[in-house]
Amino acid sequence: MEGRQEAGKESKPSSVSVDLQGDSSLQVEISDAVSERDKVKFTVQTKSCLPHFAQTEFSVVRQHEEFIWLHDAYVENEEYAGLIIPPAPPRPDFEASREKLQKLGEGDSSITREEFAKMKQELEAEYLAIFKKTVAMHEVFLQRLAAHPTLRRDHNFFVFLEYGQDLSVRGKNRKELLGGFLRNIVKSADEALITSMSGLKEVDDFFEHERTFLLEYHSRIRDACLRADRVMHSHKCLADDYIPISAALNSLGTQEVNQLKTSFLKLAELFERLRKLEGRVASDEDLKLSDMLRYYMRDSQAAKDLLYRRLRALADYENANKALDKARTRNREVRTAESHQQLCCQRFESLSDSAKQELMDFKSRRVSSFRKNLIELAELELKHAKASTLLLRNTLVALKGEP
Amino acid sequence: IPSSPEPASLPAEDVSTNSNGPRPAEVVLDDDREDLFAEATEEVSLDSPEREPILSSEPSPAVTPVTPTTLIAPRIESKSMSAPVIFDRSREEVWENVCDGMNAYMAYRVTTKTSLSMFSKSEFSVKRRFSDFLGLHSKLASKYLHVGYIVPPAPEKSIVGMTKVKVGKEDSSSTEFVEKRRAALERYLQRTVKHPTLLQDPDLRQFLESSELPRAVNTQALSGAGILRMVNKAADAVNKMTIKMNESDAWFEEKQQQFENLDQQLRKLHASVEALVCHRKELSANTAAFAKSAAMLGNSEDHTALSRALSQLAEVEEKIDQLHQEQAFADFYMFSELLSDYIRLIAAVKGVFDHRMKCWQKWEDAQITLLKKREIEAKMMVANKPDKIQQAKNEIREWEAKVQQGERDFEQISKTIRKEVGRFEKERVKDFKTVIIKYLESLVQTQQQVSSFFITYFITYKLLLELWCTFSF
Repeated sequence: MEGRQEAGKESKPSSVSVDLQGDSSLQVEISDAVSERDKVKFTVQTKSCLPHFAQTEFSVVRQHEEFIWLHDAYVENEEYAGLIIPPAPPRPDFEASREKLQKLGEGDSSITREEFAKMKQELEAEYLAIFKKTVAMHEVFLQRLAAHPTLRRDHNFFVFLEYGQDLSVRGKNRKELLGGFLRNIVKSADEALITSMSGLKEVDDFFEHERTFLLEYHSRIRDACLRADRVMHSHKCLADDYIPISAALNSLGTQEVNQLKTSFLKLAELFERLRKLEGRVASDEDLKLSDMLRYYMRDSQAAKDLLYRRLRALADYENANKALDKARTRNREVRTAESHQQLCCQRFESLSDSAKQELMDFKSRRVSSFRKNLIELAELELKHAKASTLLLRNTLVALKGEP
Repeated sequence: IPSSPEPASLPAEDVSTNSNGPRPAEVVLDDDREDLFAEATEEVSLDSPEREPILSSEPSPAVTPVTPTTLIAPRIESKSMSAPVIFDRSREEVWENVCDGMNAYMAYRVTTKTSLSMFSKSEFSVKRRFSDFLGLHSKLASKYLHVGYIVPPAPEKSIVGMTKVKVGKEDSSSTEFVEKRRAALERYLQRTVKHPTLLQDPDLRQFLESSELPRAVNTQALSGAGILRMVNKAADAVNKMTIKMNESDAWFEEKQQQFENLDQQLRKLHASVEALVCHRKELSANTAAFAKSAAMLGNSEDHTALSRALSQLAEVEEKIDQLHQEQAFADFYMFSELLSDYIRLIAAVKGVFDHRMKCWQKWEDAQITLLKKREIEAKMMVANKPDKIQQAKNEIREWEAKVQQGERDFEQISKTIRKEVGRFEKERVKDFKTVIIKYLESLVQTQQQVSSFFITYFITYKLLLELWCTFSF
């Protein structure tokens, strides 16, 4: 199935917005996107007056794998060890939606043409929503990079934005995926080892607090995200249930010869409208709640990764200290040990400083995002509840008014 | 009831989802501002006293008649009808688990309030078992079905559900089961009592009035399903006879087709509504789970105002979960059960039409036999066998009477069915309209509650926002 997303901020459901603070020196957006058989092509448009770009406005076409390449490049770069690397956008996944459309196409002869048309409409809307979301996720990733004073100056970022050709970054093969998986295990094991290392004390209360906080927060937000997804899914099921109900009521109404005729037909209409409302409730919850929770789940993971890197640096510093002591006792290679220790110290301290700033930014980002989305969610829920009430009341009046 | 002096304002249109950075919540002033608060104070209480099963075999303690929510029991309004002025209302209320030696069984209390003179008192109560209801139905069916009366079918037997209850399993599913059965029995009785002919029946009177009832035996074949099977068997037998009935009356053919269509559509609708009930229950469970995780997240959150906002959200979601549960009840008891009742009622209607066919067949057979007897008479006359002639004449007389009776029976059953169908259709229209309205009212209530919860949330949130803005962390 093909899909196309035209430019225009008003059509983007962004529960996570990036505050560009009116910075016009580098503006990035995804101005267009096309969904083909098994991949999505994003048109990344850049507007910039920075000197290293050849033009002030230019576009390139990028696929998901290239975004991942960029993300990994940042993660592997020592220079950025003290920063929260914006989480990579999730892979566009239309599998479930496609399967459902296919199943619908294969046909269930017991459903009427109207029912079929409605279900198809629903599925197409779902497909479109997934498409919009994936565009938004990819865009937010780039925009956060563009807004970050350090990350925006990365050479790979410029290449990503400007280089007209394909970056020839194939998707990870199995060996690389496995490698990545193992690396995560090694990382957790390492972390466990470091923390149990004797003599490794957290000197800074701030980080001690952050560590405890992030561990708990991350696991709880993950739970909340999963459960929010389930609620949204239930709302969708409910909305879908109204389709056959409305159709059956319609048939009943058409067949009746008595006063129930109008009652059934009105009820059929009511359920059709309720279906649309219920569908909107589901999609609002999805955007304002689920997506937001999901994003901050990933962002908090990125924050945890930062803390890990700092911890690693602290361990290295501790080890360097020990090595220096040993060298002094033996009076061998003291110079080397000294300079190594100094390096580790500097690294650790600069990491700590930048991490502190990053974590405070993370907090303010999170708080403002939640604030905005929670109130918007509540407003929308209220709006839908009032619309439902009005709809139901009108139907009741019409039904009661009948002889 | 919130007593904030400052009304919360509502945006009049879609909130833009695309702003950079935080945006304050107040937007356009809404004309509905007054209305907002009217809704907030209009809190309908959905609490009612809990129903409690009494696990003793003592005779009737005075128990308050109670229903789980005011939305559930579709009781007949005690409106006096135009003419004649009669009112009779039988009402099911408390049930109790009775231990009777070896067998434990559930007894249901049937309370009747009436102004009819045929009853000795104006208000009385009796205890009945499920099999008593089946027994009543079988008696009424055997007396009235074959002459064209639409006898309301009794509720289905359910082995699984009842075993759990008998074993004394006190969980929500067995309570739910008993309530479902109680409501079904109530509706059954109320429909039966509404039937003017059945109301006159002594068996019905005995059922409602007498303190002791002889135990109905062999209720296996007499449950609603049993009757259905009997009716279906009769229908099959009728079909096998390949009756080519000269339908002189198009009305019957029309009606049969109508009921056939109605049956199909109701079954479809019923299946869809059952799916709705199931999904609403799921929604409720998922909402409750989310509420818990939102509360946990709120606890973790170290920004005070945000932490509060999340806890608030968790509270709102918990309340909404309750609403979903109650709505699922309404979905089921009002909508779904109405449909399943009518699916079975229509089976009874179909049965009555089939009985008419059988009646016609009997008449037809009598006519054929009469013809044969006349042929025999003619033959005997030709053969000149005087004693055989006499016998033939006797038989002719006998069969002439049978043909006349057959014709009378057929006309009677046709007349009865016409009247019955007319009454049935009137009742059906009333029934559906009443329940539809009740159901919609339940939906309205739910949505109003949701609105009021979010209004309260807003007000609290607004206060939180002040906190938020004053202290950045």
